Amino acid sequence: MFPIAHFLYLGAFLFSAGLVIVIVKKNMIMVLLGIELMLNASNLNLVTFNQLYPDSIQGQMFALFVIIVAVSEAAVGLAIVIKVYHYYQTSVPDEINELKD
Amino acid sequence: MNIASFMFYFFEFAAASSAFALIFIRNVFYGALLLIICLLALAGIYVLAFAEFIAVAQILVYAGGILVVIIFGIMLTTKISGKPLVVEHMYELSGTLAGLSLLALLIYVISRETSFAERAVYQQQYDSVNRIGIDLMSEFVMPFEIGGILLLIALIGAAVTASTIKSK
Repeated sequence: MFPIAHFLYLGAFLFSAGLVIVIVKKNMIMVLLGIELMLNASNLNLVTFNQLYPDSIQGQMFALFVIIVAVSEAAVGLAIVIKVYHYYQTSVPDEINELKD
Repeated sequence: MNIASFMFYFFEFAAASSAFALIFIRNVFYGALLLIICLLALAGIYVLAFAEFIAVAQILVYAGGILVVIIFGIMLTTKISGKPLVVEHMYELSGTLAGLSLLALLIYVISRETSFAERAVYQQQYDSVNRIGIDLMSEFVMPFEIGGILLLIALIGAAVTASTIKSK
């Protein structure tokens, strides 16, 4: 079978790619996509480290709860993106630098 | 090379290459489609790591739920001009530097621990789906219920935030 390190390398790569996307992209939806990628990388690590302790299942349970929180985050985040776009007519996060007009 | 390891490395290559292409893509819609590929490949990897329930939840929640919401968001925040939405890049140098240094650090730490390279993934003694069902209703019932309440709050909050009805 395949060694655990290969899972961990993939998780590290996905997390770094998500970080680069969050920093580099100039669009709020792309930033949300990067955050989803980072959450999935952490999920992959949780599932993988669960294999180190074969009697317990807590890693998989934690991955399940991470998925629940990711859903809430995506829904509320996109609602905020749509509201901000209607108000400021822009989806560039750096152009929104005031809480109030 | 047997079929399981072929599938594992195929899924791993698909996930890594679509995440890598997501860094360079300029069209938001294509970015969402690339993210679907990455998440479905990750679901395949979960199956090969003997986490079947997580794999099914991944497909249901991400490919079925989050991506539909994201594509709705893309369509609602695009001006109707017929042209695709092009995303500019900023802070390219510092972003690449941060990502590469984090990747180098993680690879160094993982490769230093030799037990990770020797230890293989193998099937647990128990049935994973069965075990998750029993544990959700016994040991993890409190976070399970809190997760339900969180989802309800997020649903109401997202609906109220995105609604266009003026409040007094």
